[in-house]
Amino acid sequence: MDSLFGAIAAIINLNHPGTFIHWGWFQISVANLLVICLMILTFVVALFVPFPGRSKRRGGDK
Amino acid sequence: MSVDTEISRQWTTRVRKGVVDYLPPDKMLPDTQPNYVASWIYVFGVTTLAAMIIVIGTGCILAIEGPLWWHHSTLGHFVNSMHLWSCEIFFFAMVVHLWGKYFMAAWRGKRAMTWITGVVVFVTSIATAFTGYVSQTNFDSQWISTQAKDGINSTGAGAFWNVLNLGQMLMWHIVLLPIVATLLVALHVVLVRHRGVVPPFDEAAIKAAKSGTAPKEVAS
Repeated sequence: MDSLFGAIAAIINLNHPGTFIHWGWFQISVANLLVICLMILTFVVALFVPFPGRSKRRGGDK
Repeated sequence: MSVDTEISRQWTTRVRKGVVDYLPPDKMLPDTQPNYVASWIYVFGVTTLAAMIIVIGTGCILAIEGPLWWHHSTLGHFVNSMHLWSCEIFFFAMVVHLWGKYFMAAWRGKRAMTWITGVVVFVTSIATAFTGYVSQTNFDSQWISTQAKDGINSTGAGAFWNVLNLGQMLMWHIVLLPIVATLLVALHVVLVRHRGVVPPFDEAAIKAAKSGTAPKEVAS
């Protein structure tokens, strides 16, 4: 079990100081930038991916 | 005075009638939803709510054992990680929910108070998360609190809200702010159920045209 956890943990090694990106006065950690990008991606996907069972619901107000 | 009149004047009767009139049980827990709710963009509110339940549950377990438990116990570390990651999901889902509601102008149709309570919950949640970060009892919390104190002191709030005071921050994190956040979320959900989920623009225009209130319903 420990080796399984070790393998999962080894995918991304977080045991080091954060990496930061600078654009002039603007500074952001890679972790925060990644989360913001994932939120934007999730938002876009949520808008365009069809919801399961949507076609069955069509035709009525409720 | 008859018994019926006396009963109808009791505060318990009046409160019960008021509550049921404002939010009948079939509106509070409806069996069906309008067609337009069948979209992924509508799931992030309830995802936020589900994550909040996990945050509070794991927070209660951490409160039983105390703020140092997670440093020396693998179970404590696990519960602490559950608390952190459910908090991450809570904010992630809340931000996507906020974007979705912003772009569909979810304050339309007399839903302004629903929008406002949502915004206040968002701000309260940031304060709750902040007090959690400074209550970790590790170098990270020391760094965050010593950096934050200058900013907070510059506002004058540092006179009574000391981010270097672990006891004060922990009490705000586990008592005051969760109470405020939970009450506001409850109010937010009640308002959502009372007014119903905001319809898309085209759907609102059709409904308004049918009822003859087109400009007001669409614009307000």
